[in-house]
Amino acid sequence: MNDEFTGPAIEWARLWPLFAVFGTALVGVAVEAFAPRSARCLIQSSVAGVGLAVALVGTVLVALELPERAGGAARGDVTAGGAVVVDGPTVFLWGLLVVVTVGGLLLFAERRVDAGLPVFAGQASLPPGSTAGPGGPGEPSYEDWEHTEVYPLLVFALGGMMLFCASGDLLTMFVALEILSLPLYLLCGLARRRRLLSQEAAMKYFLLGAFSSGFFVYGMALVYGYAGTLNLAGVAVAVRAGGGQEVLLLVGAAMVMVALLFKVGAVPFHSWTPDVYQGAPTAVTAYMAAATKIAAFGAILRFLYVGLGDARWDWAPLLWVVAILTMLGGVVLAVGQTEIKRLLAYSSIAHTGFLLTGVLGLQASGDLAEGQISSLQAVLFYLATYGVATVGIFAVTTLVRDPGGEAGSVARWTGLGRTSPLVAGAFAVFLLSLAGIPLTAGFVGKWSVFASAAGAGAWPVVAVAITSSIIAVYFYVRHIVTMFFADPPEDAPVVVVPSPLTSVTIAVALIVTVALGVVPGPLLDLAGHAGQFVR
Amino acid sequence: MELYTPVLALLALAAGFAIFSVAVSTLTGPKRYNRARLDSYECGIEPTPQPFGGGRIPVKYYTVAMTFIIFDVEIMFLVPWAVYFDQLSWFGLIAVVLFLFNITLAYAYEWRRGGLDWD
Amino acid sequence: MTLSSSTLLTSAAEGGHHSVPVVEAMSPDGVFSLLWLVIALPLAGAVVLLVGGRLTDRWGHWLGTATVTGSFVLSVVMFVQLLGRDDAERQIGQHLWDWFAVGDFQVGMDLLYDPLSALFLLLITGVSALIHLYSVGYMEHDPRRRRFFGYLNLFVAAMLMLVLAADYVGVFLGWEGVGLASYLLIGFWQHKPSAAAAAKKAFVINRVGDIGMSLAIMLMFVTFGTTAFAGVSAAAGDATESTMTAIGLLLLLGACGKSAQVPLQAWLLDAMEGPTPVSALIHAATMVTAGVYLVTRSNFVFENAPVAQTAVVVVACVTLLWGAVIGCAKDDIKKVLAGSTMSQIGYMMLAAGLGPAGYAFAIFHLVTHGFFKANMFLGAGSVMHGTGDDVNMRHYGALRKAMPVTFLTFAMGYLAIIGFPGFSGFWSKDKIIEAAVAENYLVGAAALLGAGVTAFYMTRLMLMTFFTKERWEPEVHPHESPKVMTVPLVVLAALSVLGGVLLLGDWVTTWLTPVVGEVEHHELPVPVIVLTGIVVVVVALGVGLAVLLVGRREVPREAPQDVSFVTRAARSDLYGDAINDGLVVRPGGVLVRGLVATDARGVDGVVEGGAGLVGALSSVLRRTQNGYVRTYALSVLGGAVILVLAMVAVTW
Repeated sequence: MNDEFTGPAIEWARLWPLFAVFGTALVGVAVEAFAPRSARCLIQSSVAGVGLAVALVGTVLVALELPERAGGAARGDVTAGGAVVVDGPTVFLWGLLVVVTVGGLLLFAERRVDAGLPVFAGQASLPPGSTAGPGGPGEPSYEDWEHTEVYPLLVFALGGMMLFCASGDLLTMFVALEILSLPLYLLCGLARRRRLLSQEAAMKYFLLGAFSSGFFVYGMALVYGYAGTLNLAGVAVAVRAGGGQEVLLLVGAAMVMVALLFKVGAVPFHSWTPDVYQGAPTAVTAYMAAATKIAAFGAILRFLYVGLGDARWDWAPLLWVVAILTMLGGVVLAVGQTEIKRLLAYSSIAHTGFLLTGVLGLQASGDLAEGQISSLQAVLFYLATYGVATVGIFAVTTLVRDPGGEAGSVARWTGLGRTSPLVAGAFAVFLLSLAGIPLTAGFVGKWSVFASAAGAGAWPVVAVAITSSIIAVYFYVRHIVTMFFADPPEDAPVVVVPSPLTSVTIAVALIVTVALGVVPGPLLDLAGHAGQFVR
Repeated sequence: MELYTPVLALLALAAGFAIFSVAVSTLTGPKRYNRARLDSYECGIEPTPQPFGGGRIPVKYYTVAMTFIIFDVEIMFLVPWAVYFDQLSWFGLIAVVLFLFNITLAYAYEWRRGGLDWD
Repeated sequence: MTLSSSTLLTSAAEGGHHSVPVVEAMSPDGVFSLLWLVIALPLAGAVVLLVGGRLTDRWGHWLGTATVTGSFVLSVVMFVQLLGRDDAERQIGQHLWDWFAVGDFQVGMDLLYDPLSALFLLLITGVSALIHLYSVGYMEHDPRRRRFFGYLNLFVAAMLMLVLAADYVGVFLGWEGVGLASYLLIGFWQHKPSAAAAAKKAFVINRVGDIGMSLAIMLMFVTFGTTAFAGVSAAAGDATESTMTAIGLLLLLGACGKSAQVPLQAWLLDAMEGPTPVSALIHAATMVTAGVYLVTRSNFVFENAPVAQTAVVVVACVTLLWGAVIGCAKDDIKKVLAGSTMSQIGYMMLAAGLGPAGYAFAIFHLVTHGFFKANMFLGAGSVMHGTGDDVNMRHYGALRKAMPVTFLTFAMGYLAIIGFPGFSGFWSKDKIIEAAVAENYLVGAAALLGAGVTAFYMTRLMLMTFFTKERWEPEVHPHESPKVMTVPLVVLAALSVLGGVLLLGDWVTTWLTPVVGEVEHHELPVPVIVLTGIVVVVVALGVGLAVLLVGRREVPREAPQDVSFVTRAARSDLYGDAINDGLVVRPGGVLVRGLVATDARGVDGVVEGGAGLVGALSSVLRRTQNGYVRTYALSVLGGAVILVLAMVAVTW
């Protein structure tokens, strides 16, 4: 054993946004412990807000200072002893994650949609239907309580996600995976309405998530057995050198991929998605659907491109199959859906498939034709368009309410275009973007991932992708038609006027969705400017 | 294989001892049954999950269990650091202080929110 | 680009092959810099009308009409300007903004104004302006008139985008927009289940076409690294023939969907469920020409893909007969016109498939058809307006006295479509038949036969509607329509008569030369005048037969049931639906019923065509989504095992 220990160099200048986020979460825990109950909500949301603002500014500052590598093809640094890599894609994803989290935070703080009540349950352990106070009839009822822990949990999840897509080795990746997952499991169980569904969702998500994490650890161990290191760059070196027990590597990689594919909800690891999306509080669903996918795709890209880039002929065929299954499974199951949040869940599965199609566009930089979209750039852009539209669309679903909570059934939205053209219009725009209709962000996103996959020769996948996006258009547009073309039912659901928190979220998402469809250039350039991963 | 022989021997020895003691006590021990003996043993206090109400274990047990695990894990990190304290020097110290701070914060949260109150 | 195009020209000259023109636009000046306004006007109209809500109810329809009229005026001004330019300067491109630009790959929001788009612009804005005007009267009593005008404006904007885009991605934008707007229009009276079903059908079938279109664009991008007309046309000669064939066939699939060509024809007849002949017309005279436009515009693709070109001809021949036969048996006046539209579009596709010999005539026929078919659709609408929205021709008869203006204008359209000498349809159809005969006797014969059948069913329509005995319902009192409806009819009738002047001095072919190349002249086996004579004779035979079978006999109010197999087949759209049904819907349905008999919700997904299968599959797959964590975990485990095994297997 080496007696001389030198601490790994920590590049504070690159990592401080990450620390800021974790620090904010810790402050949140302290506030939760010491602030009086009545003041907590305000303090918590302000703390989280400030933290996110700092993180956003930090991300931009860090992005501006990234040093160039490999003759300008990549930018960034490997830091913390190889555990964290802050490079172009990392900061892009960071920025995206923070923006999405801001949207999530605004939705979390909303309390006007449910008659002044917060969107979260008073007590996680509260059984359905109970409103009695903690100390009996005289005490304030749980109705007025609120789990203000949601704010630190949100920020913790964000921290985990930021670390997840910046991990330079599998161990960090695993820790980050847990940091991001655990808060989400909890948040899923906190819906104020439809408690049983919510608790069931949290339980399912937790059990299956823990199950898939097991695969990650096992796979990680096997990869270590092959490469002798957990560092992705080290794995890449071992792969390039060849030799050794290749089976170890392949089985290990497959198992790590199982966990990652589980997180993004790829078929056949998708089954939790609809149940969890439906049961979780919609604000959480909005956040989770967008942010988890962004972070997990960041990790998938890093794992496959950095660690296994030279073994891509081994994994690409499998990913072909998974991508095809995911797209078809997502759209086919969505066609029969009658529940809005489930419908969106299946649509998000389909989007996972489209993103995987983009991942398949990996080519050696030498093979890339002049001026061609790199797959990394395409996927990053797609994530941006998808994330924004997802937050927006789920935010809209919180507004249409029945007496017992949100109007979940598609049939209840019938004729909404007549009664509330603005809400229905916004919903329609998001649907069109998810469907990938030209002049919305989704179209450009789809175009770029398909083009990059086609450029890498994944023609069958692209053909399936186009077919599935066309099936998808069918059910998206069918929903638009029900909203605008049918008469509203007698007992039509109420469309509540939200506070500026939700309105701003929806409005910004709407503007971005349309703007990215009309002038996607700047963001595409930004994604391209992110360059390659730094090893 | 040489390397593993002692481990295997130890394994066999431990398993043998466990089986032996249980078997011997059932064979030789006196068998007197009364209410106290048939009750589940919970550190001398009244067993809480009563037979009625489905017999679910109250959530406070989980709180204690989780607190216990937190300290358990804490020790796991602290011992190696203590052993190599000299070499890890300032870097190790700062890391551990940060770690302890986080744990303490969580602990404070639990305490303030009543996680340590039994009733 | 200059280099490659000049080499192209040299090689073409050496090989004795004609040259394929390259799209090379010059920058806009003067009035051309307002090109974007042509699209922006109706688009703004649509936005104002759809977003403005009830505020715009009172004047919305006039706003809608004004925006399209504005576009029309602009189009005319630009057209006149373009006339004054040299051939070489007749391609004007306007760059609006970079839509996406990544490295060297650029998709600009670019517009291209050249002789081809100029003609389309005139046709689309002109006809649409008249439709808008007409709808002011027709939709007067509909409470949702403003919305209708919003959709119409949206449609026009999308259609203009389609023909003005200088890039296939831009065309695709218009393509999708037109599909969306037409879906909205067909389903406008969605309280009628048939309208909702028709809208859905049109949508689903058009999706199939869109698959072709998107794949073609993707393939172009991968092959050429660009999707702009300029780039693709310059490099088209360098690609392998098999690639070009694939692109061509995929484009054809897209064109089939929009232009209702066999096998994607089934939606057009149902689309007549649209609220008015107006929307029917939108589909029949405007939107369906998109396919012809696409094929003509992509001449640089098809010229390099003979196989795809042959496919176009085959599809066109089948369609032109298919549509004509359907037209013979329908009693619904709009459906007869729809069948006839299919058939006429078939003629255009045929011409476009013949290559440079036919492109100009395809467009020529498209323009004249736009006039006379618009005329007849609006005439049919006027008839329906006067008879209390009855569409069954068996309930008409002798309307010529009650509705003289409608009758006279309709007659002009009728004479034009059957190709009565001197009328516009005569000139345009005759040219296509000529070119077809020169290409191949079989194709020529099909075109000739189609002309005869057209004459037959159109005469039948004429007789059943305006002649023969009165068969009205007792409470119906046919009356002439208001001025706002008849004025467009008169204008269109005049155009139907005079449309042929475009051919004077070969103007239309010369005009289009910069876009589609020189017209090739083939040797005909017989002198042109003889062929024309034959066509006229065949048409006369068709008319005579109709007079004999319909005009001389009593027309029963109820359709007779003891008819021949052929009639029955034609009445049911040549079993187009049955084929769809048998091949796609039925198996899907059986699957559903068998597997999810208990799952009432499963039926929800079962719609038509591919959607039926998807829906069925959906409900089957949904059974895996049973809510039990153990099942989910099993699926994760199973997936993991398969993934691991496959990963290992792949390497061994």
